[in-house]
Amino acid sequence: MKLLTGNDLATGAVTWWTGECWSLHVEDAVDVGEHGEAVLTAEEGARRVNAPYIIDAIATPDGPRPAHIKDRVRALGPTVRPDLTLKPADPDAGSWVI
Amino acid sequence: MYKYDQYDQAIVDARVAEFSDQVRRRLAGDITEDQFKPLRLMNGLYLQLHAYMLRVAIPYGTLDSRQMRMLAHIARKYDRDYGHFTTRQNIQYNWIKLEDAPAILADLASVEMHAIQTSGNCIRNISSDQYAGAAADEVADPRPWAELLRQWSTFHPEFSYLPRKFKIAVIASDEDRAAMKLHDIGIQLVTRDGKLGAAFYVGGGMGRTPMVAPLIKDFVPIEDYLSYSEACLRVYNRYGRRDNIYKARIKILIHELGAAEYARQVEEEFAHVKTLGIDPPAAELERISAFFAPPAFDAGAPDSVDRSDPDFAVWLDQNVKPHKQPGYAIVNISLKPVGGIPGDASSAQIDVMADLAERYSFDELRVTHAQNIVLPHVAKRDLYAMWQALVEADLAAPNLDLISDAQKIAQRFADLDRQRTLGELKLKISGCINACGHHHAGHIGILGVDRKGTENYQLLLGGSGAEDTSLGKITGPGFDEDGIVDAVERVTDKYLELREGEERFLDTYRRVGFDPFKEAIYG
Repeated sequence: MKLLTGNDLATGAVTWWTGECWSLHVEDAVDVGEHGEAVLTAEEGARRVNAPYIIDAIATPDGPRPAHIKDRVRALGPTVRPDLTLKPADPDAGSWVI
Repeated sequence: MYKYDQYDQAIVDARVAEFSDQVRRRLAGDITEDQFKPLRLMNGLYLQLHAYMLRVAIPYGTLDSRQMRMLAHIARKYDRDYGHFTTRQNIQYNWIKLEDAPAILADLASVEMHAIQTSGNCIRNISSDQYAGAAADEVADPRPWAELLRQWSTFHPEFSYLPRKFKIAVIASDEDRAAMKLHDIGIQLVTRDGKLGAAFYVGGGMGRTPMVAPLIKDFVPIEDYLSYSEACLRVYNRYGRRDNIYKARIKILIHELGAAEYARQVEEEFAHVKTLGIDPPAAELERISAFFAPPAFDAGAPDSVDRSDPDFAVWLDQNVKPHKQPGYAIVNISLKPVGGIPGDASSAQIDVMADLAERYSFDELRVTHAQNIVLPHVAKRDLYAMWQALVEADLAAPNLDLISDAQKIAQRFADLDRQRTLGELKLKISGCINACGHHHAGHIGILGVDRKGTENYQLLLGGSGAEDTSLGKITGPGFDEDGIVDAVERVTDKYLELREGEERFLDTYRRVGFDPFKEAIYG
């Protein structure tokens, strides 16, 4: 599967395309499939997200899992500071691990 | 410490106003990211993996308590309550919001600080010896000469678009505490026949192609210091490669030209530059130097220290260094506690260090290239009280230059006696090929790399960023996360087996060579 990701313009936070809007949670990401480039172009025009790009991922029972470690780290948060990942402050962040 | 004059303050204030408008236009969608990116980078604002990151300049790593408290304030108000002190004596904030960046720069400007030229292909923050003005072995205080370079390089129109970033270090002693030869230009102030001058080492660096800078000129009279620096930059700016980012640093140019040919071209350029009259008049040098006059030391300060508290004595032996003034000492505050991130400090800890500097160190602090903090002028009679305050703030790790630099390795080597048995062992770790963690210069270096989407760690041995500068050698195939910790332990075990007398790890390694360690690691 293919995911669209980027960083929020105002905050810099990692965001994932849900099909309608952007989410902080990779669990919400949808497979953009062959429409990825079109969505990317449209969202670049909307200027809400910085440097959006398409990544490879695999579908798992817990949600999409990015193929590359860089994007798995982006999805979870800093590997050396678990207190700064999404989970402590956001109960909806799921049980995602690298 | 140097204090801004009206011109310094005016240019910083003007930049705050300019960048505020640029951010406003970006957030309003008036300009694209491609248009905005070079503008934000000129103000030290990167977009990193998880968020925006702001790098704040700390000229030659020197700051006062008022500035330090502002760094704590920014961490508390705009970031996640901590800052990260860097190998180039700066501080970075890792969770900045774009909309807050103008306010942060305005706060910084109010205490004579900024983020200008902390990114981009320009002359970056000038770094120096963290013991400047306090070390007994310096031939002169390097800070006025670093400050002179700061003023010369700030908004230098000719060098604002170099082929690549450019880093300069200035030291003034034979012991190199600033990894001088691993900079684009490393300058060592020296004396000859009683006159001050400078030795220029040009073309060092780390990154993906590490090189030790060759000596380009052994003595430049101090009155030619700026003109010679300008000539070095001009030759690079003219001939440095702009077609390939990986070959654009000055080290590549000098490697390809040869040090002798580069030196010849610099001499030729210098003959012209010297006619331009850019070296400052004596009065300006005196004005700058006056800011760095020694503080009012107490000539009668006692030189003895009560070592009866054993924990204090351990810290004293490891983290406190001799001062040129009897009765005083240089205090190193380790920002590498077991389980911590090297260089990180909470806002509360930053405030504590500011308070201690104000109370005990003539209001001065230094950031070191090893990502620690130095209080340069502490009366020995105050050391115990200071240590107690550091303990209270979790800032008293007695592990300066010991192995406990990284989380998992620190846990494996958590026993302080074991660390002290190993002695001076500079472990440096980088998370990527750009060598931000200076792994090439570690006695033991570790480089985290990406192997087909998974983590892999390369091990290097034998590097040094000191006066005996050398580059670490890769041991062989890399390791996974647990394997690298085991490999480091096999190296240290082999070292203890082979060590003679008081040898440091690096001494033993250089005496016996690479092979016994490779054998120990891979069998």
